[in-house]
Amino acid sequence: MALIKASNLSVGYRGVAVCDNISFEVEKGDYLCIVGENGSGKSTLVKTILGLIPPVKGKIVKGNELNQNEVGYLPQQSESSAIFPASVDEIILSGFQGRLSKRFFYSKKEKELAAKYIEKMNILPLRKKLFSTLSGGQRQKVLLARAMCACERLLLLDEPVTGLDPLAQKDLYRMISKINQEDKTAIVMISHDIENVLEYANKILYIGNEVFYGKKEDFLKSKLGIAFAEEKNE
Amino acid sequence: MSSVIDKLIEYLQYPLVRRALVVGVLVALCASILGVSLVLKQFSYIGDGLSHVAFGAMAVATVCNFADDTYFTLPVTVICAVFLLKTGQNKKINGDALIAMLSVGALAIGYLLMNVFATSANISGDVCSTLFGSMSILTLTKREVNICVAVSIIVIIVFIVLYNKIFAVTFDESFAVSTGLNVKFYNTLIAITIAVIIVLSMKLVGSLLISALVIFPAVSAMRVMKSYKGVTICAAIFSVVTALLGILGSMLIGTPVGSTIVGIEIIGFIIFSLVGLIVRK
Repeated sequence: MALIKASNLSVGYRGVAVCDNISFEVEKGDYLCIVGENGSGKSTLVKTILGLIPPVKGKIVKGNELNQNEVGYLPQQSESSAIFPASVDEIILSGFQGRLSKRFFYSKKEKELAAKYIEKMNILPLRKKLFSTLSGGQRQKVLLARAMCACERLLLLDEPVTGLDPLAQKDLYRMISKINQEDKTAIVMISHDIENVLEYANKILYIGNEVFYGKKEDFLKSKLGIAFAEEKNE
Repeated sequence: MSSVIDKLIEYLQYPLVRRALVVGVLVALCASILGVSLVLKQFSYIGDGLSHVAFGAMAVATVCNFADDTYFTLPVTVICAVFLLKTGQNKKINGDALIAMLSVGALAIGYLLMNVFATSANISGDVCSTLFGSMSILTLTKREVNICVAVSIIVIIVFIVLYNKIFAVTFDESFAVSTGLNVKFYNTLIAITIAVIIVLSMKLVGSLLISALVIFPAVSAMRVMKSYKGVTICAAIFSVVTALLGILGSMLIGTPVGSTIVGIEIIGFIIFSLVGLIVRK
């Protein structure tokens, strides 16, 4: 059974749809890229998947393996964290917040799990560092580790490489692909970056005036896909 | 020097002085631990606005001759806290202008009421002590002390139990929401708690200087510490030490309690900033 399945979904605010007829499925090990022009409703779709706003029409079904709030979310970079005094360790542990439910403190098991993700992200030397002193790429890795603490089965990434230099972008993409392949973690990513989409994704969801959902290969052969690739290459 | 110590020991014989110290330290502690969240969430304006509201409410309570003004001041301030939180987050209306209006309005109406319906001969004395605190910390009744101690302990326990959740809500709201945390509830809880602390500490430092108790420990600790936990603990210690020094100092030299504490906090902030500059280099 799919981790997430949406059929004939309309997303928008206060009953007014921004985008209609969205259908997609995410299964274990999938790498789905959501592409589309600015203002086409990508962020609205993310908010709907997270459950922050209700769908205008249709619904999103989460599979048996996923609880209601179980999504590892990596938000777009925000400036407010730039002055925040928090260590890398503290931030990563806060990813377990949703799993605490009735508990108030983190267990030993959760601390061990956090240590595992820290090692996976290659950020072991940063553990005690102040988050605000890290580089953009390092910060995103920390937040990726936090997202994995929240859910290791499904990560939802909202333009994760925005604002990073090209080297750090490549590094982060490789890291995401590693999690995807080694742990079979499903990735749902909003991306503007055609090269990344072509290299790593196996499924594409294009939203805009027309909607496309399917395998990457099929997308590239479709009219929409050809236009998309050309436009981005200019 | 020995005469200073003798004098202190003599003062400490009085139950009044001991009570003042207990209340002062507890209130300062509560203000500082919540202050960290408040400063980081950029809610400092709420603390400032509320202190003026509390002044207005206290004036109304005095005019109406309520036996215990806390029963009136507390609910009014709590309601305003929730209101300020809502308007501050709303970007469509001029949240900051509304807050400024509310706080300066409360201040003006409070003063007006106290003048028109004067209950004592010494109005300017009354106003001054409400604004800047007075030696009234030494005139606290046993009941007031008990209430203050009980509320402070509840605040501290709630803070410790919810520490991880408060961290999550303070650091990254959108992520906290995605994990299913009820962010609105925790924001409201923080605002209400700060209202309670402001009403409690009004007797200690006066309504104009309360923001100092909330903000100085947090910003001073942020200069030197490298984790949220470190900042919280450092702010708490900073606050307790400055409150103790301020209360004892004010008794020895005969200065007003509130401004003495704030004066010491300013010195502390400067020291911490310098230490921070050296350490970070």
